Amino acid sequence: MSEDSRQWPLYEVFVRARGGLDHKHVGSLHAADARMAIDHARDLYTRRLEGISIWVVPSKEITASDPTETDSLFEPARDKIYRHPTFYDIPEEVKTL
Amino acid sequence: MSAMPFGRVEPQALFRYVLRLGDLNLVLGQRLGEWVGHAPALEEDLGLANVALDLIGQARLLLTYAGEVEGLGRDEDDIAFLREHGQYLNPVLVEQPNGDFGQTIVRQVLIDAFQLEMYERMHASTDERLAAIAAKAAKEVRYHLRYSSGWLVRLGDGTLESHARVQSALDALWPYTVELFAEDELDRAMADGGVAPRLADVHAAWLTRLDAILAEATLERPSDRAHSWHGKRGQHSEHLGYILAEMQHLQRAYPEARW
Repeated sequence: MSEDSRQWPLYEVFVRARGGLDHKHVGSLHAADARMAIDHARDLYTRRLEGISIWVVPSKEITASDPTETDSLFEPARDKIYRHPTFYDIPEEVKTL
Repeated sequence: MSAMPFGRVEPQALFRYVLRLGDLNLVLGQRLGEWVGHAPALEEDLGLANVALDLIGQARLLLTYAGEVEGLGRDEDDIAFLREHGQYLNPVLVEQPNGDFGQTIVRQVLIDAFQLEMYERMHASTDERLAAIAAKAAKEVRYHLRYSSGWLVRLGDGTLESHARVQSALDALWPYTVELFAEDELDRAMADGGVAPRLADVHAAWLTRLDAILAEATLERPSDRAHSWHGKRGQHSEHLGYILAEMQHLQRAYPEARW
């Protein structure tokens, strides 16, 4: 990725919607430093009460899996259905599974 | 004893005092709104607009209350849009032009710190309505100061150019801060009635808070000078007229327009 040196670095933003939930990726933004990134994230992504906690991570610190390796990374799990807990009888009373 | 529906202060005095609080927010909110579409980055555009909207929101609560205190049936829009120049009671500092981004930030830090110290003390107001508005507004203003002081430190402790620009903005705007703390008979009556904090207390706390921010931003606090500004009493700089012309145009051209 070519980075314009006049452009602020990119940050990825994660927002926790409610206590007990995990932080979800919501988007990205430009900021000169982490504190500014939090401020911007607050203004951009939590204007409508979307969250109670924010994480920001410099985008360049994220290592992603290679799309060309999708077959070798993910395909092999496809036929291993025994990894899914589908062989149990779930009692009727258990609602949220 | 004559009826005093608003505790220990005269309704007419309370009306003028609430206008002072409300007009500060109204005029500064309008000023900040000028940045929309022009800020240095999309993120700052939204950041400044967000602060502006908070201020307009506070203005609405305060001007609505002012109208009720006045008791002549005027609502927030009547008060916001249909008064004349000399009837606005905001301090002159908030009507000063935006200048460059640094100058806007300096003005914002000075006012945010002032509002925070005011609102935090106004929680304890004998006027329940003002106490409630202050409690809500304090939360917003705490964020405003976080935003503006973060920028002031970044610019002040940044490059030679950014440092020079914010220092000169600070030098230029400082004289207007004197008015914020110059106690007159209205401020005194409100403090005596327990409606508002003593400006001397607010001033001391403001200086302490500001000095910490300026030290981090490696900026020098200018010295106080005698001032001739009386925005709180309706005597304004030439800038307010332009703000009002723009702000009031629609209401005056199309009275009671709705959309």
